[in-house]
Amino acid sequence: MSAGQDTHPLPPAPGEEQAEVAGALARLAKDAEAVYVAPNWKLVWWRFKRHRLALVSGVVLIFIAIIALFPEFFSTQDPNQSSTTGSFIPVQRLHLFDNGRFSPFVYGVEGGRNPKTLRMEWTIDETKKIPVRFFAEGYEYKLLGLIPANRHLIGLADPQFGGRIHLLGTDRLGRDQWSRLMYGTRVSLSIGLVAVFLSIFLGILLGGISGYFGGMVDLVIQRLIEILQSLPPIPIWMALTAALPRDWSVERVYFAITIILSLIGWTTLGREVRGRFLALREEDFVVAANLIGCSQARVIFRHMVPTFTSHIIAASTLAIPVMIINETFLSFLGLGLRPPAISWGVLLQEAQNLQSIVLAPWLLLPGLAVIITVLALNILGDGLRDAADPYS
Amino acid sequence: MLQYIIKRLLLLPFLLFIFSIIAFILIQAPPGDFVTSYIAELASSGSAVDQAQIDALRAQYGLDQPMYIQYFKWMGRILTGDLGMSLDWKKPIRELISERLLLTVMLGLFTFIFTWIVAIPIGILSATRQYSFFDYFFTVFNYVGVATPTFMTALVLMWLAFKYFGVSVTGLFSPEYVDAPWSWGRVVDLLKHIWLPAVILGMDGTARLARVMRANLLDELKKPYMEMARAKGMSEWRLVLKYPVRLAINPLVSTIGWYLPMIFSGSVIVATVMNLPTIGPMLLRSLITQDMFLAGSIILIYMALAVIGTLISDILLAWLDPRIRMEES
Repeated sequence: MSAGQDTHPLPPAPGEEQAEVAGALARLAKDAEAVYVAPNWKLVWWRFKRHRLALVSGVVLIFIAIIALFPEFFSTQDPNQSSTTGSFIPVQRLHLFDNGRFSPFVYGVEGGRNPKTLRMEWTIDETKKIPVRFFAEGYEYKLLGLIPANRHLIGLADPQFGGRIHLLGTDRLGRDQWSRLMYGTRVSLSIGLVAVFLSIFLGILLGGISGYFGGMVDLVIQRLIEILQSLPPIPIWMALTAALPRDWSVERVYFAITIILSLIGWTTLGREVRGRFLALREEDFVVAANLIGCSQARVIFRHMVPTFTSHIIAASTLAIPVMIINETFLSFLGLGLRPPAISWGVLLQEAQNLQSIVLAPWLLLPGLAVIITVLALNILGDGLRDAADPYS
Repeated sequence: MLQYIIKRLLLLPFLLFIFSIIAFILIQAPPGDFVTSYIAELASSGSAVDQAQIDALRAQYGLDQPMYIQYFKWMGRILTGDLGMSLDWKKPIRELISERLLLTVMLGLFTFIFTWIVAIPIGILSATRQYSFFDYFFTVFNYVGVATPTFMTALVLMWLAFKYFGVSVTGLFSPEYVDAPWSWGRVVDLLKHIWLPAVILGMDGTARLARVMRANLLDELKKPYMEMARAKGMSEWRLVLKYPVRLAINPLVSTIGWYLPMIFSGSVIVATVMNLPTIGPMLLRSLITQDMFLAGSIILIYMALAVIGTLISDILLAWLDPRIRMEES
């Protein structure tokens, strides 16, 4: 509320200065009015804008969301294409300039099977440059599952020239990690979102019932929340996901996991919603709405819910990273999503023991994607939470 | 105070009863019973399966009876201290997990102590030097600490230790002590190994607790009694440590209620990655091999640890904060 304090007595200023002061005062008054009549979301936005780091996180997340929408475009090859002679190729760094001229390339790799260990061993060959280009043609795919396309963000400039391009190296089966990471973004991010939507649904429903009606219902739901919250989550999730039949399809396992994650996840949101309802029930405007004969549904959805939507959004934003990390844990342990599904956790499963990391440290790189996404979501969530109550 | 503790203790069996039902449902959830998987295992190894033996096994565990009778049989055996046999390891479960349980609890306590020793000073320094370089540094550290999955920290540290020092930091004992009976040397060896998993496991919690401590202390530092004490000429450090810190630690005690269970629950993953001899990796293996009585016992133990953690925090909080124990009685 920076614009509301203009009541200081002003020293008399002659002539032009006076006009200037009057103009400034008018502008101030206008600003102040804008603050008074601004709708809630606008106040929240103004306040949120001041949190620079949260804004940056928002931009980062938009990029990640675009990758999650179009992983095919960002990948360089089919994520499930394996090659027995191409395993454990190290990271090929992308060079944008060649002798000061814009001409992107990667260095070639040279290698073969070590006759003693029978392992593929590679070295970066700096004498061989493989030209690459942006928006190159590559394997065919369907954008959003609808539009056929074959352009990719990065690809070989001349497919006839040959050569490989693995921006993040390859795994045990010679699959391109960069492409797998792009596809994994879609699954990991969406699992977080779907699980949080389920949690919001359960949380608002049960928390709302609990807070609005109170009494016996409240007591039962509160005890349920307490019991669920005092359960050790990771062992319970492990047992539940281990019980999923092995022959289930990828999609079924995916939805089962979102349900399992939200079974415990809704309790935090449920508590939050209940608290808000309890506090609002006694507020003047709710009593007034009840007195003039609004229906119960109207009181809840027209008058009560809008006052705490921003809190719910902030709390949900903070819940998404928790879900993402938990999915990663479960898939990492081999209990969550199973290949051929690709998620960040499934990718990290390749880096499960010391031997494989010593051999191929780049297998740990998908972990960076987890850290960046979770970090951005947490900072954004904190920014939203601080901005959620613009009247404080 | 005593009344309050008794009240909490009386609630314990009730909670454990509900939890045991949940654990039982969980171990019954996979399709088929464990005898089916046992037969499959026997058949795959080529041994003949004797129908009479199968029936005897089913009868022994009451698998031919309705669910609730099976539950009471299972519970009855557990209450007399018999956790049953592990079909995978072919050993009594009690024998299998007793030492692992001890190590799990020790790892949990070490992690807990580490977290508090590190988080409280960080919280105090961040709050008293708000917006300083120190404060910003730890704010960033805290965000990253919360955002990094524990297994990532473990993997990266293991890799660095191997790459630069050539040591493999897995397990809790040096090879010569792994199967040795407890001795002074073994305890020292354990202490040499346990700190690394404890630090890794406590990273996330340290970050969270330091943030809680910082926020609590900032609230206290704004209060008028601070002004008053300063006006009276009290030295700043004595003042901060004597009043606001003590008040700010109170809400921190209530975090024990969720933090202790979180450590035990989270240790499953770190222990699996670092190959620690705790009950976590055993739970994973038992779930994969469908060794359901072992899995059920371990889940029950995790539940009991969670309940005990909450209980300890309730009692500590009541002891520290007279308002709580007055309200309850």
